[in-house]
Amino acid sequence: MAEEVKLFGMWASPFSRRIEVALKLKGIQYEYIEEDLSNKSPSLLKYNPVHKKIPVLLHKGKPVAESLVILEYIDETWKHNPILPADPYERAMARFWAKFLDEKLWPAAKKVALSKGEEHNGLIEEIQEHLKTLESELKEKKFFGGESLGFVDIAADIIFWLLVVQETLGLDILTEDKFPGLHEWYHRLLDDAVFKECVSMERLLASFKVRFGALTASK
Amino acid sequence: MATSDVKLLGAWPSPFALRVHIALNIKSIDYECLEENLLAKSQLLLQSNPVHKKVPVLIHHDKPICESLAIVQYIDEAWSSAPSILPSDPYDRAVARFWAAYIDDKWFPWLNGVANAQGAEAKKAALDQVREGLVVLEEAFGKCSKGKDFFSGDRIGYVDIALGCFLGWVYVAEKRNDVKLLVEDKMPGLAAWANKFCEDGTVKDVMPDKDELLEFANMILEARAKLNASSNN
Repeated sequence: MAEEVKLFGMWASPFSRRIEVALKLKGIQYEYIEEDLSNKSPSLLKYNPVHKKIPVLLHKGKPVAESLVILEYIDETWKHNPILPADPYERAMARFWAKFLDEKLWPAAKKVALSKGEEHNGLIEEIQEHLKTLESELKEKKFFGGESLGFVDIAADIIFWLLVVQETLGLDILTEDKFPGLHEWYHRLLDDAVFKECVSMERLLASFKVRFGALTASK
Repeated sequence: MATSDVKLLGAWPSPFALRVHIALNIKSIDYECLEENLLAKSQLLLQSNPVHKKVPVLIHHDKPICESLAIVQYIDEAWSSAPSILPSDPYDRAVARFWAAYIDDKWFPWLNGVANAQGAEAKKAALDQVREGLVVLEEAFGKCSKGKDFFSGDRIGYVDIALGCFLGWVYVAEKRNDVKLLVEDKMPGLAAWANKFCEDGTVKDVMPDKDELLEFANMILEARAKLNASSNN
């Protein structure tokens, strides 16, 4: 029932989009509540008092916070179309890579975005090191999850944010010649029916251009 | 299972390696412990964890697993008979994972930040932040334990492991800065929990001696201070 599942999110947050991808992959009906992060709702503050952040999933009135925790909760509660593999070793690998994305790639990508493209030289190398690591993990696979989209692919949505930043700031970070595997992978995701519904590159680009355009114009 | 099937690459001062020791003990798994010298890492470690080159690494049937909480969950899933480390209910599991993430992403960096804080004011702010985090965890303990000894209830579980591994380092920060962090009247639940955790059969033989840890920390931090002083000249 739709009223059983609510998602407090923000359209431009990759962490929020992860949850939408998972819910849609499993065909779960949910009510979506768009949060204004400059004016957080009393509900959000009530359901995530520790961090006061999105995304928060509310299921039968009980809140779950932290995007990777929510993904695992969704996978364990609705067992069809699994996101995580069944084998314990493969699950451990998936958790390892999701953590790598959040702890290594995301902070570096954020720094580049905030640096507005200036003083970025060391950062670009750092990001490319991380991308090299991911490229070799992907190898010949269609997705990080193998034949189908899985936990790591969903977590790797932050790569799309990197692509948006790269295009907005005119930087060459994730290029086809340097990262052919990742290049094919993200095109495959952009073609995926569920993913397309959740991540709009056009909308993100438009929003980032406005934000960064204003900043570069003031120089 | 043969001992050589399960190897743990660890280091005695590492709280993250301690998590794995405890998890293996909870499941009564026989394992070979390989002590790493973190200043001269072994080929095995570098090959088993090429991405981070860090301990702990669990090697099971020659396959390496890295990242302490991923390893603990792996142990719970690969040796699925009782006792369980994570609860069985998906919502309770989500709550446990949430608190483990809080500990790793917020609280531990604050604890780590105490050593890096320069000057009395910064030190005090860093210590205050650790204490504030413990107040949050005290509330979590109340809700999760429901009056029992541990976050997980009657036995040590996921959140107990995630937090308890740092108790030695909390002691180190208290002694080095001459303060109390685990303040009994502010955090009575955690204070009682800490004692029970350290005394538990799965913990007490693998937890490093607090004073040895203090000596180790003093040595490392003094060496670092000397290095900083000489590079500033």
